[in-house]
Amino acid sequence: MRIPLLRQHSVLPGFGLAMGWTLFCLAVVVLIPLSGLFFKTATMTGEAFWQTISSPRVINAYKISFGIAFAAALINAFFGLIVAWILVRYTFPFKRIVDAAVDLPFALPTAVAGIALATLYAPQGWLGKPLAELGIKVAFTPLGILLALVFVGLPFVVRTVQPILEDLEKDVEEVAASLGASRRQIFCRVLLPQIFPALLTGFAMSFARALGEYGSVIFIAGNLPNVSEIIPLLITIKLEQYDYTGATALAVVMLLASFVLLLLINILQKWSSRQ
Amino acid sequence: MSNAESSSVKSTAVQEPWWMRVLLIAVGVGFLLVLIGLPLSAVFVEALHKGIKPYWQSLLHPDALAAVRLTLIVAAIAVPFNVLFGLAASWAIAKFEFSGKQFLLTLIDLPFAVSPVISGLVYILLFGAHAALGRWLVDNDIQIVFAVPGLVLATIFITFPFVARELIPLMQEQGTEEEEAAILLGANGWQTFRRVTLPNIKWGLLYGVLLCNARAMGEFGAVSVVSGHIRGETNTLPLHVEILYNEYNFVAAFAVASLLTILALITLLLKSFMEMKFATGKKRH
Amino acid sequence: MEILVQNINKRFKEFVALDDVSLPIKSGELIALLGPSGSGKTTLLRIIAGLEFADSGTIILNGKDANQQSVKERNVGFVFQHYALFRHMSVFENVAFGLRVRPKETRPSKAIIREKVMNLLQMVHLEMFHDRYPSQLSGGQRQRVALARALAVEPTVLLLDEPFGALDAKVRKELRHWMRKLHDDMNITSIFVTHDQEEAMEVSDRLVVMSNGRIEQVGTPADVYHTPANSFVYDFLGNYNEFAGVKDEDGVVHLTEVDVEKSASTTEKSGWLHRHPEIEKIMAKIAPSKTLDHAESLPAAEIVAPKQLVGQKVTLFARPHEMIVTKTPDANEYIIAKVMHINPAGPLVKIDLERLNGRPLQAEIPKNVLDDLNIKKFDTVFVRPKETKLFE
Repeated sequence: MRIPLLRQHSVLPGFGLAMGWTLFCLAVVVLIPLSGLFFKTATMTGEAFWQTISSPRVINAYKISFGIAFAAALINAFFGLIVAWILVRYTFPFKRIVDAAVDLPFALPTAVAGIALATLYAPQGWLGKPLAELGIKVAFTPLGILLALVFVGLPFVVRTVQPILEDLEKDVEEVAASLGASRRQIFCRVLLPQIFPALLTGFAMSFARALGEYGSVIFIAGNLPNVSEIIPLLITIKLEQYDYTGATALAVVMLLASFVLLLLINILQKWSSRQ
Repeated sequence: MSNAESSSVKSTAVQEPWWMRVLLIAVGVGFLLVLIGLPLSAVFVEALHKGIKPYWQSLLHPDALAAVRLTLIVAAIAVPFNVLFGLAASWAIAKFEFSGKQFLLTLIDLPFAVSPVISGLVYILLFGAHAALGRWLVDNDIQIVFAVPGLVLATIFITFPFVARELIPLMQEQGTEEEEAAILLGANGWQTFRRVTLPNIKWGLLYGVLLCNARAMGEFGAVSVVSGHIRGETNTLPLHVEILYNEYNFVAAFAVASLLTILALITLLLKSFMEMKFATGKKRH
Repeated sequence: MEILVQNINKRFKEFVALDDVSLPIKSGELIALLGPSGSGKTTLLRIIAGLEFADSGTIILNGKDANQQSVKERNVGFVFQHYALFRHMSVFENVAFGLRVRPKETRPSKAIIREKVMNLLQMVHLEMFHDRYPSQLSGGQRQRVALARALAVEPTVLLLDEPFGALDAKVRKELRHWMRKLHDDMNITSIFVTHDQEEAMEVSDRLVVMSNGRIEQVGTPADVYHTPANSFVYDFLGNYNEFAGVKDEDGVVHLTEVDVEKSASTTEKSGWLHRHPEIEKIMAKIAPSKTLDHAESLPAAEIVAPKQLVGQKVTLFARPHEMIVTKTPDANEYIIAKVMHINPAGPLVKIDLERLNGRPLQAEIPKNVLDDLNIKKFDTVFVRPKETKLFE
């Protein structure tokens, strides 16, 4: 991690100006504000910090946030792979629209997604009512959180797997078939190993996004402490109670988790591009 | 796209049986319909289910109009800022060699990895009344958090990587030869950038701006933390949706939400259009 | 313009791209930089253009130190390997670019630019294509646009990086003659980079053979071909055969890799010495007594071990076309080889041979010689080099 100062000589002008402005923006917008988190945490004693991040309510919120984000990412990996597969391999009516629709969770404001999902799955909603008759409650339960997180995470899996699927060499499959492999064997032994790094990257990105998600969750979650309360919500609750240090401590924990994920995603991406 | 289409014409040896294909398409499309199609239609149905009049009334309510105005202002500052940053960052990173490049890219990506709530929180910590800088600002009557500047800052943070991330791979792929040719032919730096680099990246830039704008106008978590939720003053459209919804004013909430949904749909439409443009451009090259 | 390259060094991290390279180039010359990839030839070209900066050493353009000059002031025309055409500009706009970006005081009027560009396009036979975009042109056409664009600013030096590298064989041949003619008409100094020795030989006044960041040889095509400075140059310029040899105390070089030789003491009897035990059998089969004098009467004692020459072991080289192939031995020394493959396509027939020790041997002989010899696959023949080269 060397400081980006050493550079090769080039005839193209403007390196100093462009780099200077880039570093300035980065410092002012990202680095200085983020470092504030750590300065604030430094004002807490170790014990107070530990108590804040390990109180029962917080522990339960971790379980909910991490557990449901993980489950959502798993669901996305499965369905995302199917969606990417049919978009790349098959033709069917309205394929263009289906392809574009995958990006809707990127483009739709999370608050809109939140109220739409909450209304759909409310006990009186289009889907909530029939599901309630089956004894399944979605809105205002952890299941609702899962649904919202699946919604926001889907594009990540599809959009990471899709280009890899498109680039797969057709003749490799044909060779496998000519050597007598069944379609199933080809998928498991030839295709899956090639798309697996991308699938894992998509999974990790979807997980990271779900972990931090706030807007689409709070409307459908019900936000019951210890049951359906996620960490980002807990941070805002602490903020509203003017417990800035408490909020900061939780934020640091989440931030570190994000760093680890970001690192993991970078490694995964290198791995998948090397394949 | 054309790639996908051509590869779907294939020999039977490497094709799934027809029932498998139908099943997969049914599962995939069904999943998307339930997950994405239904919420999308729910927005418009809920917004209009009491007729067109209450819909218009909700949209023309002064608070709603104020929210529209504020959302436009925030985007009008955040997007150009990120364009300037994105152009500078991509020029430096894509056209020059230096050590630490990967680390710099990771730093630029950071806002993507941070929870929106945390992005709001960091500005409260920095500029809030309890912090040293915040107290000084209060004493000098400068309000940042719970006011428009805070909204703008949080939005810039959230959308920070969009333009740069779109341009860097594009410019890296294009290399430096055309710029070198221009310099050799006697063009100065500005001429080279404006006449050679910019025309080559214009679609990528537009694409980045589009995504950046959609996120800037739709951001909820980060602005929610720094906004203070003052009606007609510090409420952007997504925050206004939340307030109306929490007041059980569902028609109004969905009416405003439908505005944001239309914005999202237009964004997707333009995005698909540009991807087609991109694809043909790539093919021609 | 006269160009002096003096003691240029350039490294990319650990990799030494140029190692103390010096090269004087006379005004009006057409120079080819020839070498395998990674030999530093493109780096040298880019340093002369000012696109790359040497770690040490100087470039002197017409008596002026180019380090003090910006790329613009050097006034060089540069043609990139992949042309680097501005893809969003038409052919006309590409060629006009260099004139249009001039500061107002020196910028020609629109009419003059138009006339100049159209003249250039006419010269490269592309006036019909002036409003096309690069993507609508073939490789050869793009190449000519790139050349016209470089010439539009009236450079005094023209630098071309693998100018024909991306073109197919036929277009390459057409374009290189055309380039030679253009160079002569323009009264310009040109340097081009290539890895194709035939191209370099055919077009250039002088060629510079490079490897591993060093200049191996500089000279006219004839010099370099006929008197290569070292084994690298010899190797790079074409196929060759290797032979074991020995240099004795007097500095005389002897070919030691010989399977049959005429015994000096028995010349009057045309006695042949067989030097390999296996040869007896072969000789009996392929060279019956009628053609090989006294062969049947050779006593076993005359089968001798390889010549025990004292001296330094050396490797001798000969090109395939310098090989003489016969069915019966008629000179002093021969190597016995088996015909593995005959390729009669082309002006010279290519014959792949295998020596008794298993090493391959290549020979190229005129078609009529082959017909007279009447040899077939798996025949055993006698081969000797007309002449050999030794590099020390």
